[in-house]
Amino acid sequence: MNILIFGLGRTGAALALQLSRQHSVTIIEQNPDAVRRLGAKHTCNVVIGSGIDEDTLVRAGIATADAFFAVTRGDNTNLMAAQVAQINYKVKHICVRVADPNRAQAYRNLGMTCITPALIIAGMMRDWLTDTPYEQIDSYNVLPAEMEVI
Amino acid sequence: MYLILVGGGNVGMQLAKKLIGRGHEVLLMEKDGKQATRLATILGEESVFVGDGCEVATQKEAGFNRADAVVAVTGEDEDNLVVCQMAKVVWNVQRVLARVNDPSHEEIFKKIGVDQTVSATSLIFSLLDQQITMDEFIQVGALAKGNIEIVELILSGRSPVLGMAVRDLTLPPKTNIIYILRKEQGLLVSGDTTFEEGDTILALVPSDQADALRGMLH
Repeated sequence: MNILIFGLGRTGAALALQLSRQHSVTIIEQNPDAVRRLGAKHTCNVVIGSGIDEDTLVRAGIATADAFFAVTRGDNTNLMAAQVAQINYKVKHICVRVADPNRAQAYRNLGMTCITPALIIAGMMRDWLTDTPYEQIDSYNVLPAEMEVI
Repeated sequence: MYLILVGGGNVGMQLAKKLIGRGHEVLLMEKDGKQATRLATILGEESVFVGDGCEVATQKEAGFNRADAVVAVTGEDEDNLVVCQMAKVVWNVQRVLARVNDPSHEEIFKKIGVDQTVSATSLIFSLLDQQITMDEFIQVGALAKGNIEIVELILSGRSPVLGMAVRDLTLPPKTNIIYILRKEQGLLVSGDTTFEEGDTILALVPSDQADALRGMLH
């Protein structure tokens, strides 16, 4: 598969290194210094630029991408880039990191796959303490009723 | 009307001032506390809200559910996009408008359902573009949905239509000459009206016929 990852932080780097063992991975990142996160022996392509800029997306090969991950630390940046990939380029698999649980829920309701790290970490820690076997990711990635605003 | 503006920079502040002056109920949201305090001294405390307009909880507190319009004018397109989209899908706000800083983003804003976008870059560019390429042919307005433009053209001494009557011209399809300004006098146009050098012609023309009209009169 051709995989496009927007954001080369810790999440983006780990994801890129794992996926590039079997797939062709291209990373879009604003900061050239971030490339060091991949170490010396990586096989990823890195395109310097922003994933909300269509010229950059095209240079990174969005037209032939099978999957698009938006994992910068900016929720809104991720959500905008993901929607450009979805609406303008019809990328099949799109996954977005959204740190704010409520914002993530709003976009899940629109059909986007949003991963909220805080919810997953909290759920796994809870299960670790109570010796409960870990569950499927969807069961963690849910807004607790107490956090619901509307 | 209750209008919520997100983004308390210069654009947000000036816009809020104007809207308050028009008698609207306005709430300007700004996430930076210091900037919000400055805005409150200018606009009044009741018109400023400190908080992130992208967060559901803040949106609830600010009253997105009863807003007649939400206008996103931060300097970041991604923030403006999310504010507008959430206003639409979470709070059912009837009208959402966004400032778009990078003109190439206008398309995605339209596609996700933002009613109206404004790009200073596009505006300035189109003004410059008209000055540079359109010569005496100035587009004075675009009639929103019909792709109809009101254009203004001054007839030079070289115009091939001087001395001709309007009825003898075959205008491009759906084109109408609506007014002629001659020596500071406005003339209503009839079939008998003849063209003179220096006439300022106002015409309604479909956007894709504007060049044809120019070719004919210029």
